[in-house]
Amino acid sequence: MELAAKHFKTNASKALVDQQLQKALGNVQKGFITKRRKSAEALPEFEALRDNARDIKNHTLAHLDLYLEEYETKVTEAGGHVHWAETAEDARRIVLDICKKADARTVTKGKSMITEEIALNDHLAANGIEPVETDLGEYIIQLRGEHPSHIIAPAVHLNKEQVEGDFRRVHTHLEDSRDLSEPVALLSEAREVLRERYFTADVGVTGANFLIAETGSSVIVTNEGNGDLTQTLGKVHVVVASIEKIVPTLEDTSQILRVLARSATGQDMSVYTTFSTGPKREEDPDGPDEYHVVLLDNGRSSMLGTEYQDMLRCIRCGACMNHCPVYHAVGGHAYGSVYPGPMGAVLTPSLNGIDETGQLPNASTFCGRCESVCPMRIPLPKMMRHWREREFERNLTPATARYGLKLWAFFAKRPKLYRLAVSFGMPLLSLFGGTSRRFKSLPLAGGWTRHRDLPAPEGRTFLQAWAQRDTLKQEATSHGSTP
Amino acid sequence: MSAREAVLAKVRNAAKGNASDDERQAAVTARLSDTPLGVIPARAKLPKNGQLELFCSMAEMFGATMTRVSDYKAVPAEVSEYLRARNLPAEVRMGADKRLKKADWAAEKNLEVRHGASAGADLTGVSHAMAGIAETGTLALLSGPDNPTTINFLPEHHIVVLKASEIKGDMESVWAKLRKSRGKGEMPRAVNLVTGPSRSGDIEQTIILGAHGPRALHIVIVE
Repeated sequence: MELAAKHFKTNASKALVDQQLQKALGNVQKGFITKRRKSAEALPEFEALRDNARDIKNHTLAHLDLYLEEYETKVTEAGGHVHWAETAEDARRIVLDICKKADARTVTKGKSMITEEIALNDHLAANGIEPVETDLGEYIIQLRGEHPSHIIAPAVHLNKEQVEGDFRRVHTHLEDSRDLSEPVALLSEAREVLRERYFTADVGVTGANFLIAETGSSVIVTNEGNGDLTQTLGKVHVVVASIEKIVPTLEDTSQILRVLARSATGQDMSVYTTFSTGPKREEDPDGPDEYHVVLLDNGRSSMLGTEYQDMLRCIRCGACMNHCPVYHAVGGHAYGSVYPGPMGAVLTPSLNGIDETGQLPNASTFCGRCESVCPMRIPLPKMMRHWREREFERNLTPATARYGLKLWAFFAKRPKLYRLAVSFGMPLLSLFGGTSRRFKSLPLAGGWTRHRDLPAPEGRTFLQAWAQRDTLKQEATSHGSTP
Repeated sequence: MSAREAVLAKVRNAAKGNASDDERQAAVTARLSDTPLGVIPARAKLPKNGQLELFCSMAEMFGATMTRVSDYKAVPAEVSEYLRARNLPAEVRMGADKRLKKADWAAEKNLEVRHGASAGADLTGVSHAMAGIAETGTLALLSGPDNPTTINFLPEHHIVVLKASEIKGDMESVWAKLRKSRGKGEMPRAVNLVTGPSRSGDIEQTIILGAHGPRALHIVIVE
């Protein structure tokens, strides 16, 4: 499956008529929103924690170079190795080198968006090393040769019948007559199939939710336990993480943990929050012999100090897409990018450039729900607007939209002319609105009316209505009643 | 220029703004040494006995089961009882934790106790937690020979023994305790914070217990 953000519109049209997908997307709306709301409401300090989580990340980003150095020192002291990667290609090469040195034939993987970003699996497979995804959702996606459609629920676009089909197709060593009609049977089967893979894997690769400067620890937050088996049972543990995952202290981590799981799945805490520091110690009976961290930049440092810096606060909880009406309508694959939804619409152009990703920041109604639920208070709509501006400046916006905007700007810069024009235009459009008060088609507005009606204006312009409101207010005041 | 220097230089140029290098270093040093707490929820600041009750209700809410016993002597019988009630083989695996060792396991004649890390064949594992966190019903477990990490994840049933006096209000108390016992900035290889049994919601967002980790988490609180 190829990722191409430039096909968003085509993909979205297909997604809207995909019955299977639409059924599955119902689960996003049903589950995530209610769960998040309930758990946030149950914690009176939730809003204050969001403020503090934002402040912690802002402080960290303003001192990121120093915290990165502290972190590296602590990892090294604990016997781990830190590798720096400027690009995705560098990171792939470093991970492959570590795997080759370990004579690895299979690599187990915990769920990690960063390894999706650098397309690690394809690279390992191309070099004769088998990557095995162990998170249930990721495992299903890998069997199907797809990309995750959601950053915390990778298989949210699928129904259980589709998963059953995949398991029957791939797990041919199991009996045909087995009952796989319920999710619990599917989960048990995946658990058994994957169990042996942990023991035979030479290297375990995970991402990180946090890297702690104070202790040199990497933190993963999971529910299944697969990430822990991956990083405990492999001879070598490789953490791939981007530079903005750094937080200063254990206390800072705890603050952000309080908003992370609540925003993601509506849990107070995820089941497993694991702090890993270095390889197996002398007295340890288990744990990896080697511990490596690949610190990836891949465009983050270029976002620092720009209007997109706030995006680096993102903790990948998925709340923005869980609450996004566009995501609800088309699902994650339509975006054609590793990161879907509102956070992806901001991050993808930052990482890949706006030239081919311009449709993503336009895939928003600016309703603002994403920002209202973002635990890190990232102003997502504002940043999508910045991308639209960049797109316009660089002449990437379609010609009709550009001419339309130029025409509007001509009038907008001449208020008297503008008022004159609308004072004629609005009553005219109102007149043609008929009894339905809606237009089914309108010259020059086919792009809009092809998919929905355009409401007819009421006849007066906004300024006229405003002026009348002022007059009414004055009359009310002069009659002695409160406005 | 190495990748390290290239990344750090780019970050430094963009991050520093107008602040001087000394100011920035001072801010970092201060935060790392002061470790400010931030916002601690009121429910994490209950008096001691309130914390025990809160821990139990939270852990149960997140799917753990629980019993309370009066002292360590009672732990082996409780473990046997747990296995019997679930029709599990009378075998457990555990590490070298002294608190667990001082219980009289030999008294449970039918119970086979295996020691050391798990290699995956054990149905039931027994660990001793370093602390409990009342705010979220979370257990804090430390890696090492006393309580090997594999026991937390490989068995289907995980029985965790916890001293009532080691139930703290918040996660921050666990960090304070670790700093006291190991020194500032020092961590065991793994700290596992465990809240309920393993689960997945990856198929149609239906939550099912027992994904890759234990299907059941049983907490034995020693008063």
